[in-house]
Amino acid sequence: MPAVSKGDGMRGLAVFISDIRNCKSKEAEIKRINKELANIRSKFKGDKALDGYSKKKYVCKLLFIFLLGHDIDFGHMEAVNLLSSNKYTEKQIGYLFISVLVNSNSELIRLINNAIKNDLSSRNPTFMCLALHCIANVGSREMAEAFASEIPRILVAGDTMDSVKQSAALCLLRLYKTSPDLVLMGEWTSRVVHLLNDQHMGVVTAAISLITCLSQKNPDEFKTCVSLAVSRLSRIVSSASTDLQDYTYYFVPAPWLSCKLLRLLQCYPPPEDGAVKGRLVECLETILNKAQEPPKSKKVQHSNAKNAILFEAISLIIHYDSEPNLLVRACNQLGQFLQHRETNLRYLALESMCTLASSEFSHEAVKTHIETVINALKTERDVSVRQRAADLLYAMCDRSNAKQIVAEMLSYLETADYSIREEMVLKVAILAEKYAVDYSWYVDTILNLIRIAGDYVSEEVWYRVIQIVINRDDVQGYAAKTVFEALQAPACHENMVKVGGYILGEFGNLIAGDPRSSPLVQFNLLHSKFHLCSVPTRALLLSAYIKFINLFPETKATIQEVLRCDSQIRNSDVELQQRAVEYLKLSSIASTDVLATVLEEMPPFPERESSILAKLKKKKGPGAVSVTELEDNKREGGELNGGADRGPDTAAMAASNASTPSPSADLLGIRSSAPVGAAPTSAGNLLVDVFSEAGPAAPSAAVNDDGFLRDLEQPTETSDSLLVEGSGDSDSAPPSEDPAPPLSEADELLNKFVCKNNGVLFENQLLQIGIKSEYRQNLGRMYLFYGNKTSVQFASFTTTVSCPGELQSQLNVQTKPVEPLVEGGAQIQQVLNIECLTDFSDAPLLNIKFRYGGALQNLTLKLPVTINKFFQPTEMASNDFFQRWKQLSQPQQEAQKIFKANHSMDTEVLKAKLLGLGTALLDNVDPNPENYVCAGVIQTKGQQVGCLLRLEPNAQAQMYRLTLRCSKDSVSRRLCELLAEQF
Amino acid sequence: MIKFVLMVNRQGQTRLSRYYESVELNRRAALEADVVRCCLSRKKDQCSFVEYKDFRLVYRQYAALYIVVGVTDSENELSIYELVHNFVEVLDKYFSRVVSSGAIMFNLDRVHVILDEMIQNGHIVETNKSRILAPLTAIDKMADG
Repeated sequence: MPAVSKGDGMRGLAVFISDIRNCKSKEAEIKRINKELANIRSKFKGDKALDGYSKKKYVCKLLFIFLLGHDIDFGHMEAVNLLSSNKYTEKQIGYLFISVLVNSNSELIRLINNAIKNDLSSRNPTFMCLALHCIANVGSREMAEAFASEIPRILVAGDTMDSVKQSAALCLLRLYKTSPDLVLMGEWTSRVVHLLNDQHMGVVTAAISLITCLSQKNPDEFKTCVSLAVSRLSRIVSSASTDLQDYTYYFVPAPWLSCKLLRLLQCYPPPEDGAVKGRLVECLETILNKAQEPPKSKKVQHSNAKNAILFEAISLIIHYDSEPNLLVRACNQLGQFLQHRETNLRYLALESMCTLASSEFSHEAVKTHIETVINALKTERDVSVRQRAADLLYAMCDRSNAKQIVAEMLSYLETADYSIREEMVLKVAILAEKYAVDYSWYVDTILNLIRIAGDYVSEEVWYRVIQIVINRDDVQGYAAKTVFEALQAPACHENMVKVGGYILGEFGNLIAGDPRSSPLVQFNLLHSKFHLCSVPTRALLLSAYIKFINLFPETKATIQEVLRCDSQIRNSDVELQQRAVEYLKLSSIASTDVLATVLEEMPPFPERESSILAKLKKKKGPGAVSVTELEDNKREGGELNGGADRGPDTAAMAASNASTPSPSADLLGIRSSAPVGAAPTSAGNLLVDVFSEAGPAAPSAAVNDDGFLRDLEQPTETSDSLLVEGSGDSDSAPPSEDPAPPLSEADELLNKFVCKNNGVLFENQLLQIGIKSEYRQNLGRMYLFYGNKTSVQFASFTTTVSCPGELQSQLNVQTKPVEPLVEGGAQIQQVLNIECLTDFSDAPLLNIKFRYGGALQNLTLKLPVTINKFFQPTEMASNDFFQRWKQLSQPQQEAQKIFKANHSMDTEVLKAKLLGLGTALLDNVDPNPENYVCAGVIQTKGQQVGCLLRLEPNAQAQMYRLTLRCSKDSVSRRLCELLAEQF
Repeated sequence: MIKFVLMVNRQGQTRLSRYYESVELNRRAALEADVVRCCLSRKKDQCSFVEYKDFRLVYRQYAALYIVVGVTDSENELSIYELVHNFVEVLDKYFSRVVSSGAIMFNLDRVHVILDEMIQNGHIVETNKSRILAPLTAIDKMADG
């Protein structure tokens, strides 16, 4: 293999690389690398001083090994030594190593800074560039402190070489991003802006990046860049293809520079100065005109470069959104691209047109391309292009074309890629609702959706159609007829059965006059699907049946017979069994009047934002949805899942308001207990019924109080372990507005609070966060205390509590914003109200942001809200305990873990922890007095979960066996996970 | 902003990687593997821009060599696509032959110099071929002389 190495090739390196390339397996490669690492290590440690060439060779080998994905933990000192070499290649390898293997070892940084200082003052442009480059790559706080004041001077000095200016501009940009407080632009602002006029194009290219970033942060100070950028752009656009020599790329003058100038202008509104604006409009027109001219070259590079500028110009036109003429021309140009043979162009055109569709000036023009876009949806071979076409159809949809677009999207759904089906379903559902003129069309559309892509129809979609049908009496008869017809299909999707069951249960009477859909026919049709359905759907159907008894007394006998049969009344699922028993009883003892009241038609749902829209936003992020829709969403605040939580709401309302109790209110809230007139309202599952005799609230409060006292005495272990998380951050990562990811130790901090409610959650040199919390039933209140440990004020102090992922629907956490200023030495308090809706596994996140001396601090912790906080202790005798233990014998109900003791195995400590957990610690239950058994009920809004726990310590082996049995398997698993960390 | 530049062979092995945002070493391997799988599995007639997590990939294939650039949405896709080509043309000009992944491996330091002349801190800084090559040409003259 010939080594194509140029210049002073390093033979040893070439041999090593060849060896690696010839390695047949990963193992062989690792072996060869380890051999080489050992060799280099011994060379570095050896007595013989290495010359510059050898050092360079070995450092270069280390770099190569690093590139292959292996960590390098030595050689930094040798690399630093290379920095002081006078040979360019040695210096360059040294800097490359430092730049690539960033190391914030302060000892080294000092040495590196020294070398950089020397090179900056060397007046040798290549050395200066290397040094600037290194600062820009490492960008640490120490470097910023050392050089932030020096670099602007180099950047604007008259005698600085062009290449050094370029590096200085990018270096300053990096320092500005990492340590904005140290980069003071004040006196340099005007001279930096004037770099746009620099005669050297490379300098302008580099300077624009810096100016763009500075303009975004301080638009007013850098306003003058607009007119300079316009005149620069104008000179480029009007130049002949040969004027700019080496900056011309395939006959296109300075394409990258043009794009950057157009991008910079997008930081500002249209220029106010008439002359400047006129000149800019002229530029944009020229760019649009050039797109129509015959190409100067057949090469794809030529057209790509030209179109890069064109797309950027169109972005600017859309950004201004004030020149109808240009907007329409942009739209026509994009329309041509829609049919271009280059896939890349079609993709970009579809994407760009999507934003154009939201402008009032061009919306109509975009609509004229509907046929082409529909065609793209059908014929494009690349799924990402089809996705863009679907996005564009969604964006261009309005009342005039909604029927066509929805029909096309529906027919596309039949063959659509699995990856985009769910999103398509949501979009169709939203468009159908938004632009529905007659609601029968809406009902047809949603039922079609379920028929075509039932698996991708989320709960929100079918909840919504039911809400709309209930609220609009003009569509109820039609809906009943249509679902009845849809259910005729031999195989129909379960979601169709749900909608059908609900609607016929409410409005079946509206079609009962027709003998083809008589009450008994309706019932038989529904019941023919019953056995193929899952438990929640069957529960819903049972509720539909009891509604039938009210609507059609003639079906009573048939339905009672169904309810009475063993598969219902003795069903192994407690929910189904309970419904069957209660409905049967209700239908036989209640008078017609009572029945009619209890089973009254559902009241209209309050009007609220479509939960589907919220779901689409969550799925796609803000990009997919127009701004106005987002604004609406913000106002709605916590009600994102409007449709979903509606069920339990009504269930609660019905239970408390005796005059209109409605059993079918829980049709939408199947998971909640069934509130039926005569039955006790809290009737959950059987296990809980048994437990409830133990008496609920009072004893639990007592236990919690004990917990408070005990916890206050415990010293906090967190104090020293985490030093300055916040200020360390700003070195490694640029300060961002996004919440930081949770600290690596967030889980550990969380675990400290599983068995206690009060204490210090987090502490570093700046901030201490204390917690006090109390829980009762499924509700909790948490007090957070933020203490400023410094003598300096914290500014822009904000805290955000979020429930990531599915936690959003499991836990409801509410709080008010805190004061944005925390004085030095002061403490502020925040109260959180917590409601547990259903059992959960994740912890809510607490993000804290504030400015401390200019640097943004951003940290995220996990709030110690764990499922065991909602425990109510349950006392019971030994035989009761083991009887229930046996009842919970399904394999998935049990979770077990055997683990090594991490903490003291002292009896009193263990007892304290188990009480802190929230369960009752039962004496004299386990035959082995060494073992601990506990019992409790977890209270959630929708359900109660009985839990039994057994902890068997083995003092000799320093091991535990922990077994949990709960009526819900997810709870067993989660508790087991949590507790295994506690002992 | 440009997040990273990768040069990968058809077997999916990274031949050069340059990150302009700090990414931990152990996450790099996973990211590269995923990015490469994403691009290598695409057909010729598919578009060269791929939505990837919260950013985009722009990729271009030269025989057995793939060049993948990760960019945020503040970059113009077509201009990055042509930047890749400009980079390859510079490499061709310097190495006076068609670029292969072998040539890149044997001249890693020089390829890095070229890339660093074109992109600094994730921003395009120079596009003029002879100016990009100026430092290397100077060194080679020194070595020869």
